[in-house]
Amino acid sequence: MSTLTEAPPPLAPAEPEQKPVRKRGRFTPYWLLLPGILWLVVFFALPMIYQASTSVQQGSLEDGYKITWHFATYWDALAEYWPQFLRSVFYAAAATLLCLVLGYPLAYLIAFRAGRWKNLIMILVIAPFFTSFLIRTLAWKTILSDSGPVVHTLNSLHVLDLTNWLGWTAGDRVLATPLAVVCGLTYNFLPFMILPLYTSLERIDGRLHEAAGDLYAKPWTTFRKVTFPLSMPGVVSGTLLTFIPAAGDYVNAELLGSTDTRMIGNVIQTQFLRILDYPTAAALSFILMAAILAMVTLYIRRSGTEDLV
Amino acid sequence: MPVVNWLKRRLVVIAGLLTLAYLLLPNVVVTVFSFNKPKGRFNYEWQQFSTDAWKDPCGVADMCGSLSISLQIAVWATVGATLLGTMISFALVRYRFRARGAVNSLIFLPMAMPEVVMAASLLTLFLNMGAQLGFWTILIAHIMFCLSFVVTAVKARVMSMDPRLEEAARDLYAGPVQTFLRVTLPIAAPGIAAGALLSFALSFDDFIITNFNAGSTVTFPMFVWGSAQRGTPVQINVIGTAMFLIAVLFVLTSMVITNRRNKQKA
Repeated sequence: MSTLTEAPPPLAPAEPEQKPVRKRGRFTPYWLLLPGILWLVVFFALPMIYQASTSVQQGSLEDGYKITWHFATYWDALAEYWPQFLRSVFYAAAATLLCLVLGYPLAYLIAFRAGRWKNLIMILVIAPFFTSFLIRTLAWKTILSDSGPVVHTLNSLHVLDLTNWLGWTAGDRVLATPLAVVCGLTYNFLPFMILPLYTSLERIDGRLHEAAGDLYAKPWTTFRKVTFPLSMPGVVSGTLLTFIPAAGDYVNAELLGSTDTRMIGNVIQTQFLRILDYPTAAALSFILMAAILAMVTLYIRRSGTEDLV
Repeated sequence: MPVVNWLKRRLVVIAGLLTLAYLLLPNVVVTVFSFNKPKGRFNYEWQQFSTDAWKDPCGVADMCGSLSISLQIAVWATVGATLLGTMISFALVRYRFRARGAVNSLIFLPMAMPEVVMAASLLTLFLNMGAQLGFWTILIAHIMFCLSFVVTAVKARVMSMDPRLEEAARDLYAGPVQTFLRVTLPIAAPGIAAGALLSFALSFDDFIITNFNAGSTVTFPMFVWGSAQRGTPVQINVIGTAMFLIAVLFVLTSMVITNRRNKQKA
């Protein structure tokens, strides 16, 4: 492919390893790393250990907690809250898929078709970030309200009959149903899909599209055989950046959902902040962490892109 | 069928613009409803036009106080995370050292972790240490999760920098401090600025980690969360609209300035 790009080779060697090793100041890197890494060790890694230890403790708020290696907490937590776990995975997967389907055309538009509007559209994608996401999520309450135009239109087009049949909505409402929660999740994490997609699309040499066209590929074939495979790094990091926060989210389920749409994040939040059952909450959070890490590792392996960082 | 063909050729553009509309619709609603005069406690249904909330943005008890707490935390978290993160980035790009892999994963993991897990585990640490939850615990948490994003932004910039520029400065008898201040820092500045801007936005808008570790301190997102239960004042929309406008204006002016500079150089 390098023969196709006429750009001169970059001046700086890309590999940091090739740079000369400095003899002086052998301890400089450690001094530079120390404060930041210490911060991450104490306030990110150490809490994980505390959380693991809390999950096998027993006791009460009054008498204090003691480590008793009570692993049954995990089984009890899973037995009681597996529906919320499953729901989180389903909602997050649905939102990620929707983000990909909705985000791809926009990323493609910005990368190849926007012309002089490119910067403006880019700003419009990022700008909503600067309004508190809670305020924007509350706005969906207005948009999807029972007497609003969206629900009215869906109703008259009999879309709601279909979604009712699928179990995504209930009656003449969209609010307080799974559809509203997935819609909110999709909305909130869409920019995390668009930005990596755009970055990887932007790198594709436009002449590859021309070449495909010259070789009698139809636009759809060009997309399937050239554009999409080359944008895979963006697809992988975009889906991860959407799925992970969506699976742990409780804001959308709380603001737009009902008690029937509670996700695992909601359970962890109530256990920790209202019921104050710390061992169960810590166990649930630990399971969520392990599940996400396992899924992410598997996904990265299967999609074959290890150089995400 | 010219119409069908016209549509076919512009299918991507139309789909993309529809997605853009989906992204911006809530902001339109927030803006329109900042001029509403709601009947009850909640501002979800349109009643009548009014500019009351814009004339008296701090008219709701505690809201502007929470806004000022959020701003203070965001500023200090930005300063802390940018400083620590920039130092780490330079060490990662410029030096060889042991345990590079461990350092890299320690920086990557906070970005690959659901926020609720970090929030919950940090709370167990604070509870075990008997720390008083409030301003300081929020600040500690914010610096922690902003750090990784700063490292990613600065690292990308420093890596694309030509090391020969610094060697040239040395050859021209610049000392290490002078080289750093006159050559390295100005080149790395856009990356550092991007990291700082990202930290500010992330910290100011953070809810989940703050929700767990705030104690009785109320940041602006916490105020909005509470108001979703108690009743949403119109002033929330005023703040949301103002933030959106300030952000767009800020980006537009910085774009105009860079455009002008590029033209002057050319």
